[in-house]
Amino acid sequence: MLSQLRTLWTVLQHTFTKADTVEYPDVMPYLPPRYRARIVLTRDPDGEERCVACNLCAAACPVDCIALQKTEDDEGRWYPEWFRINFSRCVVCGLCEEACPTHAIQLTPDFEYCEYNRQNMVYEKEDLLISGTGKYHDYNFYRIAGKAISGKDKGQARNEEQPINIKSLLP
Amino acid sequence: MAKLTVDDQDYDVADGNNLLHACLSIGLDLPYFCWHPCMGSVGACRQCAVKQYADENDERGRVVMACMTPASDGARISINDKQAKDFRAGVIELLMTNHPHDCPVCEEGGECHLQDMTEMSGHTTRTYDEQKRTHNNQYLGPLINHEMNRCISCYRCVRYYKDYAGGRDLDAMGAHHHVYFGRHTDGVLESPFAGNLVEVCPTGVFTDKTFSAHYSRKWDLQTSPSVCQHCAAGCNITPGERYGTLKRITNRYNADVNGYFLCDRGRFGYGFVNSDDRVTQPLARETINHADNTNSDTAIQCSTENSLTRLTQALKDPATIAIGSPRASLESNFALQSAVGESRFYRGIAPSEDTTINTLLKFQQSSCVNSASQRTIESCDAVLILGEDLTHTSPRTALSLRQTVRQRARELADEARIPFWQDAAVRELAQQEKSPLFIINTHKGDLDDIAENTYFNSPQKIARLGFAIAEQLRDKSGALSASLTPEEKEMCSTIVNALSQAKRPLIIAGASLLNEDVLNSALDVIKSLHINREEVIQAHLVVPEVNSIGLAMLTQSSAERSLSEALKQIESGAAKRLVVLENDLYQRVNPEKLDAALEKLDEIIVIDHVWHNGMAKADLIIPAASFAEGDGTVVSSEGRAQRFFATFPVNADNSSANDSWQWVNQALDNRWKNFDAIVNACAESNDLLAPIADLAPPADYRQHGLKVPRMSHRYSGRTALSANINVSEVKQPADPQTALGFTMEGSNVNAPGPLRNTAWAPGWNSNQSIHKFQDEVGGPLTGGSSGLCLFGSAESNELEFGVPSEQTSNADFSAIPFYHIFGSDELSNFAAPIAERSPQAYLALNPLDAAQLDLTQGDGATLRFENLQQVFSLTVVIRPELIRGLVGLPIGLGGLTRHLLEHSPLLEKNLAWQRVPSGRDQNVIATDQSIGLSEGLVP
Ligand code: SF4
Ligand code: SF4
Ligand code: SF4
Ligand code: SF4
Ligand code: FES
Repeated sequence: MLSQLRTLWTVLQHTFTKADTVEYPDVMPYLPPRYRARIVLTRDPDGEERCVACNLCAAACPVDCIALQKTEDDEGRWYPEWFRINFSRCVVCGLCEEACPTHAIQLTPDFEYCEYNRQNMVYEKEDLLISGTGKYHDYNFYRIAGKAISGKDKGQARNEEQPINIKSLLP
Repeated sequence: MAKLTVDDQDYDVADGNNLLHACLSIGLDLPYFCWHPCMGSVGACRQCAVKQYADENDERGRVVMACMTPASDGARISINDKQAKDFRAGVIELLMTNHPHDCPVCEEGGECHLQDMTEMSGHTTRTYDEQKRTHNNQYLGPLINHEMNRCISCYRCVRYYKDYAGGRDLDAMGAHHHVYFGRHTDGVLESPFAGNLVEVCPTGVFTDKTFSAHYSRKWDLQTSPSVCQHCAAGCNITPGERYGTLKRITNRYNADVNGYFLCDRGRFGYGFVNSDDRVTQPLARETINHADNTNSDTAIQCSTENSLTRLTQALKDPATIAIGSPRASLESNFALQSAVGESRFYRGIAPSEDTTINTLLKFQQSSCVNSASQRTIESCDAVLILGEDLTHTSPRTALSLRQTVRQRARELADEARIPFWQDAAVRELAQQEKSPLFIINTHKGDLDDIAENTYFNSPQKIARLGFAIAEQLRDKSGALSASLTPEEKEMCSTIVNALSQAKRPLIIAGASLLNEDVLNSALDVIKSLHINREEVIQAHLVVPEVNSIGLAMLTQSSAERSLSEALKQIESGAAKRLVVLENDLYQRVNPEKLDAALEKLDEIIVIDHVWHNGMAKADLIIPAASFAEGDGTVVSSEGRAQRFFATFPVNADNSSANDSWQWVNQALDNRWKNFDAIVNACAESNDLLAPIADLAPPADYRQHGLKVPRMSHRYSGRTALSANINVSEVKQPADPQTALGFTMEGSNVNAPGPLRNTAWAPGWNSNQSIHKFQDEVGGPLTGGSSGLCLFGSAESNELEFGVPSEQTSNADFSAIPFYHIFGSDELSNFAAPIAERSPQAYLALNPLDAAQLDLTQGDGATLRFENLQQVFSLTVVIRPELIRGLVGLPIGLGGLTRHLLEHSPLLEKNLAWQRVPSGRDQNVIATDQSIGLSEGLVP
């Protein structure tokens, strides 16, 4: 009996507290930068595509909604020939972002990407690629990797010695 | 059996192996790099450390390298001992200090032995943050990528390339952590077995360039158990597909056939499947009347129903004849054969080949001979090769022979009580000692460097020498031996001695020279050896195409079945319509005769998967499935019937291709219910083929209610890969024909050998995981190897062979075939990287003949043939070993086909010829090898 009264009292008290619900869309809620919604592909600090088409995001995706094809430029830099996310399947779990070794794929707080036609939920690389670095401003995979690309030869990545002269007899 | 205690558990292991071999064989995980089941141990990487204890009471033990320590009876070791574990963790950390941060952009990633071993050894965080040494890469040709930074200096590549495969242009250079694995300068890796480096190297230094061009990760590939289609060796392969493109071929382990290795034609020759030259829709010839009253023919797309109706009509017409193919499956040939009846089905091979293959097939069934598998070949200790340039006619066999000559090293090692897996020690001991190998052929070949003796002459002389050997083996010092030159006599008696003294002699011959006498002489040697030694003799008789033997078996009961018979039928008017199965007839018979014959026909129907000349005259072209989209059975040189399964389904949206047997089946109102039904019908139709019914489990085979999946359990992108076309996923295509499914559901862990498509085990993502599916490391697959040998030694079949007379022909020249691993196979030539590796068409001449015609190396010659219109303009290559009067023609290059060899060649200097400037191709550089022999042997 007493506990029931106490419950009623608690409920009554809530009549006077401030509401958590906001009047969306008139009032926009605050979403932190790490909020997980629409996925983008970012660029490295040099403005080049970050994605190296390693396929790890696709492998990590629990609903298998990422597919892509690797290709490379004349100087050996890997990038996706095409990159597709089927957002109608995506559960915004963020595992692709976790898996990505280059910080290319990132989830953004933009959740407003509903469509009347489900087919429009299929995003291609052109739709995904943004011009900035997203949440991670400095990371540039190719400056650390050993693979030579245009503008970065062997021995020019971070912590690399100049290539060995294999014809040298010095120890 | 030896008793081995590992971490206080007792196991029985095979005698005479090392601890690493033993531990992997009983299924334990122990990391390693430099050891390889086919190449033994050298103890270079120090990764396989374990703790070994002296006896039960030893508490301290000592760290040893498992690969260098014999698994002696009663040995007690520990893998989990702290000290051993720390040792391994230290080694991997050191190996990784210079490793680049490359995995995401490394083709090896996801199937990398280095990744696996790093994980297994517990090294997950890099602590070394000093400078990394780096290396520049080399250009190694169109097939293989080089990324030297990733090297861990395990030495497997050079041990494979030089010691195992006999290559000369890859080496270790430099010292300490500078060691470099590459060529002395940029250039194409010469060995035709270089592609195996991709699988031998445990890291991403050597990767498949053709795969990289349309790369996907291993887990994203759909795979099936399959058989290489590019020669008759019958190597087992795993094709991998994604997005409807065949992306690569990797080795599929078969203990008896290819073991761990393929040749480069087989590995990189898959391009025809993805080619723009694929036929995808039925096409019918239509004659268009133009306004100006002229007519022209065009090909009009024709519906499946219409083409089936036309095919049905043709098959029912008693005036129809059908031509089968040695590159089509048994099932497709059988379907067509039963549709038109045996009497109207022709073999579809050149008449010259027809007789040799039939003799060979008859002989293989006699009781004096055993058809040697590759594994058996490696266990022989004296070899005679008669008239085969194996590297180019049966490449994988040539690789096996390089191991065969090491039998001598095995004997020496046994005498010195050194286990054979102590690779460095055994090679040091044996030095250049080899088991005897004799090569008798028309020209030099790539195996000559390991031969004890070679002899080059005309086919006729070769045959006479062969018969002389046979004669001496039968202990008759008859007339034939007397007619030999002193050099030949000596050769003859060395060979006779070697063959009679060997424990297990092996004779290799085949149909490649297209010369019956040469083959007969080899068969006579086998027969005589059988009489001499009173035992079954090991032989490997090479045929040219993937299913040459199968086709010959299918038609063995019918006598005259060659193409020339078919042409006679057409010329006489008895045949009005023709159905051609997967065959380009222009490669096989005189094109002028063929043209004339085809003109007489009312209708020509061609069923095939790629465009070729043979389709130009067709009235209806029906698109067939290639081996990657179809199922079937083929029979190798060895007589081994093997099943291949479709890797991926035909995409019905843009192709109507179907198995050839299915087209025929549908035209016959589904005479056979399904694939199993036609396999069984084919098996029942022919005693020889009876075993093919048992080659693989039938279509209703299930494991836990599920089919064996073609996709890995980690296959990605299922809900996105076709979302651009339709966001609603389509149902996975069904495979009603086989026990495999186009699906990720199910597991292939316990798949029987014939259904094993790929190897993966927890912690073992690379191809090295295959040891998890072998009874013992290097032994047969669990659940049975694939393939059954169809050559029974049924009844003793007494064939008699006539010795060719020493006739002299009036013609100045006679043509002999030269084969090229890159270039002589019709289908692999569609792959651009293979075409890039194949030489320019040429003609080979003896220097004196050339001088007489005023020709030197690199000049142009005009080649004509008696009774033929065709004219060829070819560059001249001088071959000093070639006997005078012989003209070597590279089959398959520049339109030079087998049938030309039936005519006498006429040669003259081509004065208008423009010499190709020397230093022709920057990529083909003269290496130590070719400089040593003669400048510019290869055009
Ligand atoms: S994980 Fe990152 S780099 Fe790799 S494919 Fe996905 S987005 Fe590209
Ligand atoms: S070799 Fe293996 S570990 Fe090294 S970069 Fe390639 S995938 Fe990674
Ligand atoms: S290139 Fe590969 S196989 Fe050769 S030593 Fe380096 S890691 Fe070993
Ligand atoms: S040897 Fe013949 S069957 Fe084997 S991989 Fe090479 S071409 Fe294919
Ligand atoms: S595998 Fe034993 S030392 Fe390399």
